[in-house]
Amino acid sequence: MKALEIKNLKKSFQSNFLIKQFHILKNINLSVEKGDIYGFLGPNGAGKTTTIKCILGIIFPDAGEINLLGKPSNAIESKSKLGFLPEHPYFYDYLTPVELLTFTGQLFAIPKDRLKERTLQLIELVGMKGKEHIKLKKFSKGMIQRIGLAQSLIHDPELLILDEPFSGLDPIGRKELRDIILSLKDNGKTIFFSSHILQDMELIVDKVGIILEGETRKEGKLSELISRSVRNYEIVFTGMEEQAMKENNLDCIPRDKNFILRAETNEETNRLIGLVNRGNGKILSVTPAKMTLEDIFLKEISR
Amino acid sequence: MKIQTKLKAIALNTFKEAVRNKIFYLLIAFGVFFAMSSKLVSLLTIGNEAKVLKDVGLASIHFFSVLIAVFTGINLVYKEIEKKTIYNILSKPISRSSFIIGKFIGLAFTLLVALVSMAVIFFFFLFISTGELDSGILIFFLLLYMELLIITAISLLFSSFSTPILSSIFTICIYLIGETLWTFNLFKEYLKTPIDKFAAHFLYYILPNLERFNVKSAVVMKTGIGTFHVLNAVLYTAVYITAVLVLAILIFNKREFK
Repeated sequence: MKALEIKNLKKSFQSNFLIKQFHILKNINLSVEKGDIYGFLGPNGAGKTTTIKCILGIIFPDAGEINLLGKPSNAIESKSKLGFLPEHPYFYDYLTPVELLTFTGQLFAIPKDRLKERTLQLIELVGMKGKEHIKLKKFSKGMIQRIGLAQSLIHDPELLILDEPFSGLDPIGRKELRDIILSLKDNGKTIFFSSHILQDMELIVDKVGIILEGETRKEGKLSELISRSVRNYEIVFTGMEEQAMKENNLDCIPRDKNFILRAETNEETNRLIGLVNRGNGKILSVTPAKMTLEDIFLKEISR
Repeated sequence: MKIQTKLKAIALNTFKEAVRNKIFYLLIAFGVFFAMSSKLVSLLTIGNEAKVLKDVGLASIHFFSVLIAVFTGINLVYKEIEKKTIYNILSKPISRSSFIIGKFIGLAFTLLVALVSMAVIFFFFLFISTGELDSGILIFFLLLYMELLIITAISLLFSSFSTPILSSIFTICIYLIGETLWTFNLFKEYLKTPIDKFAAHFLYYILPNLERFNVKSAVVMKTGIGTFHVLNAVLYTAVYITAVLVLAILIFNKREFK
């Protein structure tokens, strides 16, 4: 059973004044395995939040199928196993963190004693101890985000959906959130999060889905997508006469006292190494530069 | 059991939101202030002081409690949508109908607290001014509460699909029409075609008849209010609120939050 499965999801909005329809989601297909950290990647306006809203039943899809833990996503039962952190976490700002967590816990009908215990536990987890009785309106965006994460975990959900969880966090906050996400994975939870901050994603995800203009363009295990492709080789050398470089048409980038050459293929690398050797140069290093998520992402965009 | 916990959570949160808003207290304070200013009016009038006190005092409480009902009803639902807190609620295992019902219960409780506080202050004020404690006034407050519940349900209905300003205008219009609904029956006599007559007749029954809740004169003049009238008004409230809330739920169930 998949934690989350979306098949042929379509959604369009009609403007009030124009008859024209805006097709926000044209064809979204995703499949999230249990226990994975899934990165939902796409530029602004690609339809990430719209997809998440469809999953949660905040808007209704025109066509397609969404299954949460094997059940239709709009079933109340599926939602009781789901935790959600909205993109701009708006919570009732007249409540304190303890009140918000208690309120959220009541919506999941968690028994009183367990709720109290869980609330304190989560406040500690997100580093808000000592601030649990201050009203939310006094908090910064990053702190609200922490409380938002705590409320999404109140019922110990099997699947966690986080919409742009890293935006608005400082580097320390980002590191802490990554650690929390990884520890949730260790506890067998599935995490689905959208982001356009590629570095954060690359560090933790198992699988990525790239969407563009409302369509899934690429989906796969991060290890497969990245390891398959070595972007280029970087050859660092020194001690070669400039005249010799010119004669051999070597397009080098000077760095300190060394020079760098880039080769696309294995053969090209061997050829360049040979040229450097013949020109009495000394090879310092040859490094294969692997493709990053950013490269894959940019390649998809430019298609 | 589960659904009760969820409804209670929504209702209690609605109540918390209302009572943590300063405007709520301001409106109660105004109601009390104007009720007390009836003392001034009574000094300027010849006749029964107690009657003037009750007449002006209850009218002020009526006016400000209607304002509280419109304001809280519309504001609290609108804020949920505008501040996007609704996203978070809808992602939880709670149906949209439970959300609306929970909101209504919370608002009803808020109005009860507001009305009881105004009533207690008014009784105290009346007692020290005239030494009189008129239990008939309790019926006035009971029926006023019924009226407030209907107004709240209507404001919930409007804010389930419209903007707050339009919802306020619609609700206040319906309130004003509801208070003067008898004019529809008079108006009907002047209509010629059967279609017009039918339309007037239809509106007369579909719009809330709020006159039946206005027992101020009877209370002030002590002419007595029949038990049947009170029971009839309570039953009418129950039926009317149910119908309006069902409609609000049907609309809200279809609504998308972009």
